[in-house]
Amino acid sequence: MTLTQDSAVPPMIEMRGITISFPGVLALDDVDFTLRAGEVHSLMGENGAGKSTLIKALTGVYAIDAGAISVGGEERSFHSTADAQAAGISTVYQEVNLCANLTVGENVMLGHEPRKGGRIDWSAAHRAAAEHLAGLGLTIDTRSMLSSHSIAVQQLVAISRAMVLDAKVLILDEPTSSLDRGEVDNLFGVVRGLRDKGVAILFVSHFLDQVYEIADRITVLRNGKLVGEYAIGDLARDQLVTKMIGRALNELDAIADSAERAVDRSGTPVIKAEGLGKRGLLEPADIDVYEGEVVGLAGLLGSGRTELVRLLYGADRADSGAVEIAGSPVKITSPRHAIDNHVAFSSEDRRAEGIIGDLTVAENIVLGIQARKGWVHKIRKAEQDAIVSEYIASLDVRPANPNALARNLSGGNQQKLLLARWLATAPQLLILDEPTRGIDVGAKADIQRKVAELSAAGLSVIFISSELEEVLRIAQRVVVLRDRKRIGEVDSSAVDLDGLVDYIANEGKGTAA
Amino acid sequence: MKTIVKHRLFWPSASLLALIVINTIARGSFVKITVRDGELYGALIDILRNSAPLMLVALGMTIVIATRGIDLSVGAIMAVSGAVSLQIIAGSDEPDNIGVVATAVLAALGVSLVLGAWNGFLVSVVGIQPIIATLVLMLAGRGVALLITGGFITTVNSEPYEFIATGYLLLLPFAFVLAMVIVAVVGFVERRSALGVLTEAVGINPEASRLAGVRSRGIVWGAYIVSGVLAGIAGILYSSNIRAADANAAGLLIELYAILAVVLGGTSLMGGKFSIAGTVIGVLIIQTLESTILFLGVPSAQSPVFFALVVVIVVLIQSPRVHTWGRKLFGGSRSRDSSKPSSDVEVAA
Repeated sequence: MTLTQDSAVPPMIEMRGITISFPGVLALDDVDFTLRAGEVHSLMGENGAGKSTLIKALTGVYAIDAGAISVGGEERSFHSTADAQAAGISTVYQEVNLCANLTVGENVMLGHEPRKGGRIDWSAAHRAAAEHLAGLGLTIDTRSMLSSHSIAVQQLVAISRAMVLDAKVLILDEPTSSLDRGEVDNLFGVVRGLRDKGVAILFVSHFLDQVYEIADRITVLRNGKLVGEYAIGDLARDQLVTKMIGRALNELDAIADSAERAVDRSGTPVIKAEGLGKRGLLEPADIDVYEGEVVGLAGLLGSGRTELVRLLYGADRADSGAVEIAGSPVKITSPRHAIDNHVAFSSEDRRAEGIIGDLTVAENIVLGIQARKGWVHKIRKAEQDAIVSEYIASLDVRPANPNALARNLSGGNQQKLLLARWLATAPQLLILDEPTRGIDVGAKADIQRKVAELSAAGLSVIFISSELEEVLRIAQRVVVLRDRKRIGEVDSSAVDLDGLVDYIANEGKGTAA
Repeated sequence: MKTIVKHRLFWPSASLLALIVINTIARGSFVKITVRDGELYGALIDILRNSAPLMLVALGMTIVIATRGIDLSVGAIMAVSGAVSLQIIAGSDEPDNIGVVATAVLAALGVSLVLGAWNGFLVSVVGIQPIIATLVLMLAGRGVALLITGGFITTVNSEPYEFIATGYLLLLPFAFVLAMVIVAVVGFVERRSALGVLTEAVGINPEASRLAGVRSRGIVWGAYIVSGVLAGIAGILYSSNIRAADANAAGLLIELYAILAVVLGGTSLMGGKFSIAGTVIGVLIIQTLESTILFLGVPSAQSPVFFALVVVIVVLIQSPRVHTWGRKLFGGSRSRDSSKPSSDVEVAA
């Protein structure tokens, strides 16, 4: 990590005063960004801060409205991604964009195959591909299909392809999100090797630990504006987070006592399910939630967490079990039926099962109450406006523009939109499936705080999250599932994180039980 | 000016206007409208009158397409509807009796409603793909119509029935007035109630809409019923105009013209956002084009080619990508819309 500022050598990439606006949104506002040869530079910011937009400006996907981009000291204007590639800028995305149905070698050499007598010399091509791959420490059969390899290997193939294109700038956009620890180490080894060869690397990740492990320098964006550029050693983690969200993170402490809050379980539960199950989906399971209580569901992905709440909500039909709402037995057969019983459910898949992308923020928020009222009685405009502006303000939805299309919002803001949709229906039980997945710290804190606040005011909540710290912080009781089966329940004040992990792993025979 | 150009109905309207201007230049009498016995006459009035059946069918198609569906059976439903009403009138002793005609019309509409409900049932309850579900009736419907007429072309002489297609009301052709009233009523119901936005929600994201509590089955089913009834009315207009129930010719290929009108009006075949006003303009473009072919004396053998050429030109004029090229060629300055169509924008970081 020796960063010598050599003023004689122009930086590899210099972006000055970059401004890009979309209808209703100023995505980037006069942002400067500098990327030097032989460094790993991390671009940080919340969802919606403008990271993607900046990268898309650099790769020629978006045209810039104002500002200048120079590559190696020479000013360039990119009209297409091909222009950017020709300038030596290559991107490796989270979802690998190679041809899965071609061989590894074909993918690496695509468009640059060595020729002999006008025809492609395949054996030479595969030899060259193997050399490039070996340069990254990868020895695999270049004649195997790309799709037969793991995402980690496919990413390395994408990187070697960038090397074939003679990339001077390599952009890694969330490359580690589906890699395990060993694969991440391997990738970082390759990245360090390239850095030492003088490649300029832009690394984007949600994982702070990885940023601190690999990056030499950090640029922070917030709300489309540049916050600053820092050497990694000059910026402690909590300072970085504060700069990203524009306020101190200790607000999270305010909700820390949510889990400690005493819940009165003497009355009738708001919802009580016994033996709720469906063959092939979930073994019969019990769950009950009392007024003002947050019940967390913990377990690994595919443990039956989502299945349980979908049965409860009527999104899937249960084939066994009995459900009581406020003491009276009901048979919930459809989402609509659940909503009529004041149960609301926000799916883990925001895009496919949550927002209606082509409708506006306002239309998305009002959809829940409108659906409940039926199509005949349209909610009056004035009433709609009042509801919408109330929730945009109380949940801090950004941009605070009711007429923006929902799909143009960042993940965290889409999640807030869904929360608003359901809160507007005044539910008694709110089921949140992974409400904070893939969203940034600021929005996450907003959502956690709102849940804590609402439950303290009497709302019952079922909270599902893969982040066990989060579950333990918010929920008073945690129901644990494993292998599509409920294995038990713990009081969250009586167990710490390790205890809960142990419980999940050891089927309730661990120390926590 | 800029906001006018950006309005989604700008290019469809401009295309329609251009067609009218071209006709007028070719022959000035195109825009001439005369009053005779309190009735308006002229080429433009003919266009309005003749557009009525397609207007109704395209209106229903717009709503079905908004739900991510398609209704190929509208032409066949027109044939059945005409056959039912004419068979009742022809079979009665007093074809001029208004009661008989009313019964015939109501029976035809009832049958159309049942056929629309059948389509809706297949799509929304059974879950068959719309194109296949409505193909069933498209193929079988004309057979049903022939069955009703006994294999003949039923003809009638009934003044009240003929009035529907050829009569006048308040200076204007009754058929056009009827179509516009229905368009206005449907448009009013869709936009003044929440039906329009719920229909769009179902069309954009069916699963999210279901989880949000929207009764999507009812909305989809209803769309096919509306489409069926509107096709039924179109069938009555058609049979009233020719005073005959021709099971093979009634509404032939009208499903394709209706889809074309919907697309020309700016509604996407992917479902979701729809524009009834756009569809009305789309229908008028198609009908004006039909008249242009007659008016300019294009030989009938070549008329399909001429029609296709003009449609291609109109579609190109409306294409956002062509607009970009146009700006690059003539504008000089670099437009930022070129690389960022607002529909593909993702502001998320």
